Amino acid sequence: MSLKLPIYLDNNATTPCDPRVLEEMLPYFAEKFGNAASRNHPFGWVAEEAVDYAREQVAKLVNATPKEIIFTSGATEADNLALKGVFEMYSSKGNHIITCTTEHKAVLDTCKHIEKMGGEIAYLPVKADGLIDLGELEKAITSKTILIAIMYGNNEIGVIQPIREISAIAKKHGILFFTDATQAAGKIPVDVEADGIDLMAFSAHKMYGPKGVGALYVRRKSPRVKVTAQMDGGGHERGMRSGTMNVPGIVGFGKACEICMNEMEAEATRLSTMRDRLEKGLLQMEEAYVNGNTDHRLPHVANISFKYVEGEGLMMGFNKNIALSSGSACTSASLEPSYVLKALGLGDDLAHSSLRFGLGRFTTDEQIDYTIKAITETVLKLREMSPLWEMYKEGIDLNSIEWAHH
Amino acid sequence: MAYSEKVIDHYQNPKNVGTLDKSKQNVGTGLVGAPECGDVMRLQIEVDETTGLIKDAKFKTFGCGSAIASSSLATEWLKGKTVDQALTIDNMDIVEELNLPPVKIHCSVLAEDAIKAAINDYRVKNGLEELVLDEKKH
Ligand SMILES: Cc1ncc(COP(=O)(O)O)c(C=O)c1O
Ligand code: FES
Repeated sequence: MSLKLPIYLDNNATTPCDPRVLEEMLPYFAEKFGNAASRNHPFGWVAEEAVDYAREQVAKLVNATPKEIIFTSGATEADNLALKGVFEMYSSKGNHIITCTTEHKAVLDTCKHIEKMGGEIAYLPVKADGLIDLGELEKAITSKTILIAIMYGNNEIGVIQPIREISAIAKKHGILFFTDATQAAGKIPVDVEADGIDLMAFSAHKMYGPKGVGALYVRRKSPRVKVTAQMDGGGHERGMRSGTMNVPGIVGFGKACEICMNEMEAEATRLSTMRDRLEKGLLQMEEAYVNGNTDHRLPHVANISFKYVEGEGLMMGFNKNIALSSGSACTSASLEPSYVLKALGLGDDLAHSSLRFGLGRFTTDEQIDYTIKAITETVLKLREMSPLWEMYKEGIDLNSIEWAHH
Repeated sequence: MAYSEKVIDHYQNPKNVGTLDKSKQNVGTGLVGAPECGDVMRLQIEVDETTGLIKDAKFKTFGCGSAIASSSLATEWLKGKTVDQALTIDNMDIVEELNLPPVKIHCSVLAEDAIKAAINDYRVKNGLEELVLDEKKH
């Protein structure tokens, strides 16, 4: 079988829509186009029924009840709603929120906004492997703390935080626990009951559903959690999120959740086997390092630094044929290397040298073979061109050189 | 970001990658940038003592494709020039030749800095005064 290029290994950024999902969605654009809020005619009923069914599918994936699912435009909105909504709703109890430095920008920037509104945020550091320190978490709690916001699985390094331990600490202190499970839901078992989660954000387009739809889980029982709406209007989603429902998107999200639920176990095994093979293949090269904890990691993610070559230059060697991302500064508008890798204590040089691999449902063994070969060739070629590699090989300590910083 | 054809060509077939003997009197070495910034460039010139012309130039670069292309191009331009002529190479000439977008201008600045650093090294080695170079903005 001939290999089709380019290969997509950036499934943490977004996943392709599964054809089974797309098929389920199609009737809801033109034929069953009703507004789910139209209570008094069949067009509305059909749409409402479809949304109700999807809500069940979504709830089931994470062991929630349908009423606990609030549909949003994605995880960014769900993160905003959870953080700002709790901050407003519980302002009489306190104004302190604990999060960590490796969260997605949708959480970090929302926290920055909350600080401007008078909130106080504690940003926990992470250990060298990307996990938070539970002792530090407990120490950060004050009498004003209303929320702990720690993500489930990290989007850059795939590290899975100790969710159950965190929720136990939250419970012990009577604090709500919110987790951004955008990268974890649908990939590994996420169970809001067993995990003790009070609020949780996730998104369809990271699990083979469509873009522009996601959900916030809001616990209804023990405790009953409430959030102040951040979108005012017609009072949809029990007043917590107004706006006409994105029916085709929601239908697709539901189907995507159902497929993930049915296929998760087999898929996780298949992907982690391929991921491990990819990693092993690439680590044949000297001075290549995996970033983040490898025991507590999403099955489809690998983040590797290839010392002495720069990430963007590296990607240029194969980015016509392999799609992935780099933690290098030069690929981002900010010219700063990945803040997640820096939070692990990685030097800027290693952060600049990193690649993130996100395998997915449609990744094949042939693609992995091709990727190992192409990346190895490029790394070796660029090292021949790298003054740092030459110095390393000559035994020169790079830290002993006085670099001209700009 | 899409790269220009010329950047891609230099990246795929870089000219003059390598190392000259930096202990030689007629070799000047410039090492600029920093690993933390994601770009380090080393550029070397070898001057023919009788003609005063740069007879060889080599580079090694840790950096993005534009940085690699800028240094590759710089070595090509250096060969056959006198040291004084080499001083006139401006980073904007590199930007123009390679069609670098605004966010990649600093890669060309680095190449210009590397040329000047190599020339200064050569001058100091040969008893000439060090040139004071106006800092370009990176
Ligand atoms: C951890 C995490 N949170 C939030 C988001 C944002 O999700 P969405 O694109 O659905 O707004 C992403 C996706 O980039 C993510 O990885
Ligand atoms: S070396 Fe950083 S953008 Fe070129």
